Amino acid sequence: MPLSKEEVEHIGRLARVGLTDEDIARFQEQLSDILEYFEALSEVNTDDVPPTTQSLQLQNVEREDVPKPSYPKEQVLANAPQQEDGYFRVRAVLE
Amino acid sequence: MDSQTIHYLTIHEAHDLLRRREVSARELMEATLTRVSETEERVRSYVSLTEELALRQADEADRRLTNGDNFSPLTGVPGAIKDVICTDGFRTTCSSRMLENFVPPYNAHVMEQLLSAGLVMVGKTNMDEFAMGSSTENSAFFPTHNPWDLDRVPGGSSGGSAAAVAAGEAVYALGSDTGGSIRQPAALCGIVGLKPTYGRVSRYGLVAFASSLDQIGPMTRDVTDAALVLNAIAGHDPRDSTSAPIETPDFTAGLTGDIKGLRLGVPKEYFVEGMDANVRRTVETAVRKLEELGATVDWDVSLPSTPHALACYYIIAPSEASANLARYDGVKYGFSYQEGEGMWDNMEKTRQFGFGDEVKRRIMLGTYALSAGYYDAYYLKAQKVRTLIRREFDAAFERYDALVTAVTPTTAFKLGEKTQDPLQMYLSDVCTIPVNIAGLPAISLPCGFVDGLPVGLQVIGKPFDEATVLRVAHAYEQATDWHTARPSL
Repeated sequence: MPLSKEEVEHIGRLARVGLTDEDIARFQEQLSDILEYFEALSEVNTDDVPPTTQSLQLQNVEREDVPKPSYPKEQVLANAPQQEDGYFRVRAVLE
Repeated sequence: MDSQTIHYLTIHEAHDLLRRREVSARELMEATLTRVSETEERVRSYVSLTEELALRQADEADRRLTNGDNFSPLTGVPGAIKDVICTDGFRTTCSSRMLENFVPPYNAHVMEQLLSAGLVMVGKTNMDEFAMGSSTENSAFFPTHNPWDLDRVPGGSSGGSAAAVAAGEAVYALGSDTGGSIRQPAALCGIVGLKPTYGRVSRYGLVAFASSLDQIGPMTRDVTDAALVLNAIAGHDPRDSTSAPIETPDFTAGLTGDIKGLRLGVPKEYFVEGMDANVRRTVETAVRKLEELGATVDWDVSLPSTPHALACYYIIAPSEASANLARYDGVKYGFSYQEGEGMWDNMEKTRQFGFGDEVKRRIMLGTYALSAGYYDAYYLKAQKVRTLIRREFDAAFERYDALVTAVTPTTAFKLGEKTQDPLQMYLSDVCTIPVNIAGLPAISLPCGFVDGLPVGLQVIGKPFDEATVLRVAHAYEQATDWHTARPSL
C-alpha cells in the first residue's frame, strides 16, 4: 500500500522529525517499499495466537520502596542545553 | 613477544603473559596505541580515544597484577566499548549529532562490571547512528572500513568494535545486538561475536534502541575470550527490570572441545534466496566439520515462519525506537536548536538536524505502525508472528541442542553499495534477526573465506544455554585455524 505525500507529512508531524520537501519525496518512496514488504505478514494465520511483547516473560518486577539519594543537581544539569536557577530552561509552552 | 604480534594477542594469551609479568599492562596498552596510530587513519574504528585514561588504568592493573590479588582474566587487557554504552565522564555519542557532546553522569552496568574486572579502555567505537544499520555507514561522523578490504563495510551496527578487534586496535570489544549488530559485523570482519540471551546482560546504561530486543555482548578473537568477557558482564541487575534473576555459570567450564553426541539442526529456511553460493558452501563445509567432530546433524530442519521474521522485526524495532527516541527533545541533554519560533519549532528542528536519515525513517515507520487504525495490522500482528517464531524455535530445541546457520547471505559489501536502498540493507540481517525476535543466544565465528573476505558460522542455542553455543563454537575453533588469520594492514 503506497503512502501518499500527505500521509508522509502527517507521520512526520506526529514524530516531529522536521521533513523538507525533498525528505518527503524520498521517504514516500522508501517507506512505501518497506510497507509493501510488510504486507507478507497479512498472509500469516495468527488466529488464537497471543502477542509476545518480550521473550523473557517476566511480569511485574518490583523492588523494595527504599528511598535513595538521586544524582546531584549539578551533575544532572551538566548536559542541559539551557538552565536557570537549577532548572531546565525551555521556551514558553503556552503563548 | 615482538611488536608485530603483541597487538594480536587474545585475552587469555595476554593474561598469561601479564600474570607471569612477562609483559606489563602499560606495554600492552602502548603497543595497542602504536597499532592504532598506524591503522586508524585507514580503518576509523573509534569515535573517541581515551589514551590518558587507558594508561592510568594500565598502571593500576599493573599494581593489581604485581600485588597478585584482586585481578581477573581481563585485568590489564585493552578493550574497546561501543559508543552506545554510557561511560561516566566520557563522551557517549551513539555516532549521532544528537549526542555529539553528551557526557553521561553514570556508568552502564557492563562498564561497572568491566571496570571492577580491570578494564583498560582504548576508546569508544563507531557505529550506525543509534545502532540503526548494518554497515556503520549511518554514523553521523564517518564510515568505518573493513580491515580485510578497506573499500568494504565492516558490517554494523557494531562495525567500529568489529573493525577494532580485527585490526589489532583492541584485544576485545563490547557491542550491542538488536537484530544482528554484534554477529553480522563479527562475521564480516572475521572475529567472534556473541549475542547473549535476552536478559542475560543488564541493559542499564545502554542507550535504548528497541528495548525488547537489545542485548550487549562480547566481540573477541576467539571463543574462549567471548566466554571470559561474558563471565565478566553477565548477571542480574535490579536496575534493568528485564535482567534475568538467575545464576551466572562459568562460561569457560564447558569448553572441552568435545561435542560427541550433540544434536545439531540446520534450518533450511536460513539458506535464503540470494545467498552467495560460495558463502553457502563455506557454511556447509563448516557444518560437515562439526559432523566429523562427532555431532549428529539433521540437515533438513524446517522453521517455516523464518521468512516472516524480517518484516516482524522491522515493525517491532522501529515501533519501540519511535517511543525510545521521543526523549530527544533538546531540553534535558543533547543537541538543541534554539533559534526557532517557539517550543514546538525548536523541538522539531532539534530532531530534524540532530537525527540522520535512517533514524528518521525508523521513527516514522514506528510512528506509523503504532498509529490509530494501523496498530492491529502492523504492531499487534508482528507481536503475534513473534510468538509463532519463538514457538518454532522451542519445538526445534526439543530435538536439537543447537541450530547452525550462516550469519550473513554474502561477505562484506562495498561502501555505498546499499545506502540508497534501505530495504536491501535490511535484508543483510535476514539470518540474525529471528534470534533477537525469540530472545535466544547465538554466536558468530569465523569459518572460512570467500575471495579473501571472512565468512561467519552462526550457532543458535536455547534460552540461557550460552554454554552449549560456546561449546560447539569452541570445538569447531579447536579443529580449524580460521580464527588465527589476520588482515594485512
